[in-house]
Amino acid sequence: MLEVQGLGCIRGSRQLFGNLSFSLHPSELLHIQGPNGSGKTSLLRILTGLSRPDAGEIFWQGDNIREVRETYASSLLYLGHQPAVKDDLSAAENLEYAVQIAGIEPSRRKLEEALDAVGLGTRQRLLARFLSQGQRRRLSLARLWLEQRSLWILDEPFTALDVQATLLLEARLEAHLAEGGMVVLTTHQSPAIADGYVRVLSLDA
Amino acid sequence: MTIAILKSLLMRDIRLAMRRKADVAAALFFFVIAASLFPFGVGAEPTQLRAIGPGVLWVSALLSAMLSLGRLFSMDHADGTLEQLLLSPVPLAAAVLAKIGAHWLVSGLPLVLLAPLIGLQFDLPWRELALLTLSLLLGTPVLSLIGAIGAALTLGVRGGSVLLALLILPLYIPVLIFGAGAVTASAAGLTPWAGMSLVGAMLALSLFFAPLATAAALRIVLD
Repeated sequence: MLEVQGLGCIRGSRQLFGNLSFSLHPSELLHIQGPNGSGKTSLLRILTGLSRPDAGEIFWQGDNIREVRETYASSLLYLGHQPAVKDDLSAAENLEYAVQIAGIEPSRRKLEEALDAVGLGTRQRLLARFLSQGQRRRLSLARLWLEQRSLWILDEPFTALDVQATLLLEARLEAHLAEGGMVVLTTHQSPAIADGYVRVLSLDA
Repeated sequence: MTIAILKSLLMRDIRLAMRRKADVAAALFFFVIAASLFPFGVGAEPTQLRAIGPGVLWVSALLSAMLSLGRLFSMDHADGTLEQLLLSPVPLAAAVLAKIGAHWLVSGLPLVLLAPLIGLQFDLPWRELALLTLSLLLGTPVLSLIGAIGAALTLGVRGGSVLLALLILPLYIPVLIFGAGAVTASAAGLTPWAGMSLVGAMLALSLFFAPLATAAALRIVLD
């Protein structure tokens, strides 16, 4: 369970949000909404522990994430604004190194399955510089098929995806939630996920 | 698990460098050219060349190391890989050490291997060639380690390369003095091991402290 108490974030002289408290239980998806510049990405980065909040604390399974950094890191999968894809590596190499850095040793078969799942199976030897924006996004999302992590924090995962890939991602999110996983995401679309799972948090500008 | 992650980081950086050979070659080429131009400039007087040889090679190595430092973290920063590294379950200082190791293997080690060849141009005797190579072998990792702190601190800063030079040059000077000094001391009939041990001590110290400082700097930059 992820628990957030009294979170506040100040950028420059402007308060993006203050006194934000919520908790996220297994099988829940938190959809963070808000206009551009309302602090959605800042909030996600604070939740991952990359940024320090100006006020408040975050607890993972009851422990402050500052004190259990490594346990938290091995339960968390964060996909940020940049897809973290290297132009000079092939699709398969990119995925392999990305999950290895996250602490998982994937088998060749698992890697191929994940690439197949996101529709890059035939392009796994292609250097990432030749992939389109949508394909790069698919490549970074392929980690969702490989890593067994309970908490997913996804920053705009639907950007640049076509209709088919959007459906694919929605199905993957639902499967994860059905298994008792947790998701925090930002998107300007309204993902088609069963209502029982979804909670909405609105940040005002 | 930690060792596997570090090994994969090291291999990834080496593979990336091999895919961008031009960048690696540029720093090496600079070292060769800079050091080779001196005999033309100062004249082919063997005693004079022997006297300046170790210093010239050391200065060229130092400048060449600075050339490639900017790339150590900047590409990972730009494409978001650095964020993933910070969220990896390995201690960040260890991950940083793996990255620095890859950087040294690609940009420092080739320089050390070329040094005896370049040293021949300065008519250095065998003993001094060997000492020079040894001092570079101990000294170039120190350059990469100290440079990493500067590279992390100047990440994402406009005009970062100038700032980087200003930050780390003062820290490079002791390495230069004792590294080149060890070889010139031997040429003057003194023992080279005093200077050499000091370079070794700097290596031991920076091997321990530089990754910690770099990791702290990266956390601040990405906050």
